[in-house]
Amino acid sequence: MSTRKLLVSLALTLAFGASAAWAETPGLGKTITEADIKPWNLDVLPDGTNLPPGSGTPAQGAPIYAQKCAACHGEKGEKPAPGYGPMVGAHKFDKIDAAKTVTYYEFATTLFDVIRRSMPYTTPRTLTDNEVYALSAYILSINKLIGENDVMDAQSLPKVKMPNAGKFIVRFPDRI
Amino acid sequence: MTERRPKSHLPDVAGNGLLDRRALLGRGILFAGAAATGAGTTLTGAAAEPLKDDPWSLTMGAITPPRQEPSRFENKVIRTLSNPNHEFRNSHARTPHHLLQGTITPAALHFTICHSGLPDIDPDKHRLVIHGLVKQPKIFSLEDLARYPMVTRNGFVECGGNSAPMFSSEPFQGTAQALHGLVSNSEWTGVLLSTLLEETGIDPKAKWFLAEGADSLALHRSVPVKKALDDAMIALYQNGERIMPGNGYPMRLWLPGYQGNMNIKYVRRIKLLDQPAMSFYEAKTYSQITPGEKLWKFHFLQEVKSFITHPSFGHSLKGPGYYEISGVAYSGTGRIAKVMVSADGGKSWGQAALQGPVQPQAFTRFRMPWRWDGQPVVLQSRAWDEAGNAQPTREQFVAARGQTERPVASPLAFPNQHYNSITSWGIDNKGEIKHVYA
Repeated sequence: MSTRKLLVSLALTLAFGASAAWAETPGLGKTITEADIKPWNLDVLPDGTNLPPGSGTPAQGAPIYAQKCAACHGEKGEKPAPGYGPMVGAHKFDKIDAAKTVTYYEFATTLFDVIRRSMPYTTPRTLTDNEVYALSAYILSINKLIGENDVMDAQSLPKVKMPNAGKFIVRFPDRI
Repeated sequence: MTERRPKSHLPDVAGNGLLDRRALLGRGILFAGAAATGAGTTLTGAAAEPLKDDPWSLTMGAITPPRQEPSRFENKVIRTLSNPNHEFRNSHARTPHHLLQGTITPAALHFTICHSGLPDIDPDKHRLVIHGLVKQPKIFSLEDLARYPMVTRNGFVECGGNSAPMFSSEPFQGTAQALHGLVSNSEWTGVLLSTLLEETGIDPKAKWFLAEGADSLALHRSVPVKKALDDAMIALYQNGERIMPGNGYPMRLWLPGYQGNMNIKYVRRIKLLDQPAMSFYEAKTYSQITPGEKLWKFHFLQEVKSFITHPSFGHSLKGPGYYEISGVAYSGTGRIAKVMVSADGGKSWGQAALQGPVQPQAFTRFRMPWRWDGQPVVLQSRAWDEAGNAQPTREQFVAARGQTERPVASPLAFPNQHYNSITSWGIDNKGEIKHVYA
């Protein structure tokens, strides 16, 4: 640290006390609260962190799927439109180019998250949280990952037993 | 054959006419050039017609425009598109490596993969928020960021699916653009993420951060905080101008050497986390199936790779004589240490010249002088990075990572990800070039 910088730092320490640790940064961003970030703060973590209140069942999800998803992803998750992968499929991934369906995911939260943030493709983020739970329940159910009457909510969704859970090898552990 | 070749001071370094790279320094070229005339006569003997002025030399040309476009004669130097009819799905555009030279990809020709089109972002309204496990969440406008200390750095971005046609059990017939067009190299300028994290502070519990775009998918990926503190950049400029819309205008995350999809375009949110988010793209697309049902995740690195761009599929050689073999080499680990070139399918190798400056996580152009005798050859390049990683042969790669059971028919198939073996170009005695496995 140059003498001048040191003096500036000391002066700021005297003036602002504890905040002096940041005094040398340009300080151009504005502060913002988590409450104001909430509309963008949609990510759901594998342990269920940030799942919203609400719930849904496969039966509730089926008609929403037929109306808002089937055109691209295929009726009941089969025979998708060109350029889209199927939503149901084998649990085996013994070929390097096997289609990765929902059964491939390590965590059920990934499904909920991608529906909530990205879908429907042409009108993203228009589904209610209950609809997202219902669609997640429906898709998990047609993949036989949950029962036909299981309710998906913030407690049950992260507990869904996914066949590939724990099977993934971290490719570059020293980079984490 | 040998008696047709004039003697050079520098001997061949490997089979089928590879010359010592020192020939590129000057004198050796003259000998090689003489060889091109075939009979060892002087070059002047071949002059055809007396010179004259062409029409463009006899009239004033067009007035200079505010923004230059390439010559109309270069209209074939374009990207190839995966979704030319604008269907509601993703769209890719590939860099025409076989038509470019040097190391910087013109911004207009940088590859793009857009999963939901190009968002039309008003830069004055775009915001970047940093929150989560920080001491103080902050929000930045582009104007704010433009006042921060910036850094400029040359480097590549490569899609994890680049070169995926080479997973095919039979060689896919396509140009370097079709095979390897999902990598490009730019000069990026922006603010280091670590600079912005000094503003927000970091909670020691933070091990990961997620980055999210302002595109309609709000595409997001998880990245270790380690990378944020190392060299992650919020890039604002590409080759000196604002980033192209397909590459993330007005700002993108750039993670030197890391899988393209992680380099979040249109970045609007960085959230520090104690765990990875396991987003759609990291949980599915970019987690690989390897032989024996072994599944990989967090394949961050784009590993060492090289490919010959000149000559390559789509070119043809116009008769025996001197040619320069050249291509690009790069590694997500660091600098390129060495590139070897073979003209006999890997039986013998000569060391290529590396065009300096050789920079980490950036394209390095390699060059190799070559005198083709008109016989069939197989050209290959193989790179090593400074950490000692060697680009695998195709045989080594397939042993570890497998290949498809049936030939791949389209470069859009993406049977798997992170392919980096040697590429082989087979040249027949007519000078026609095919993609081969050797």
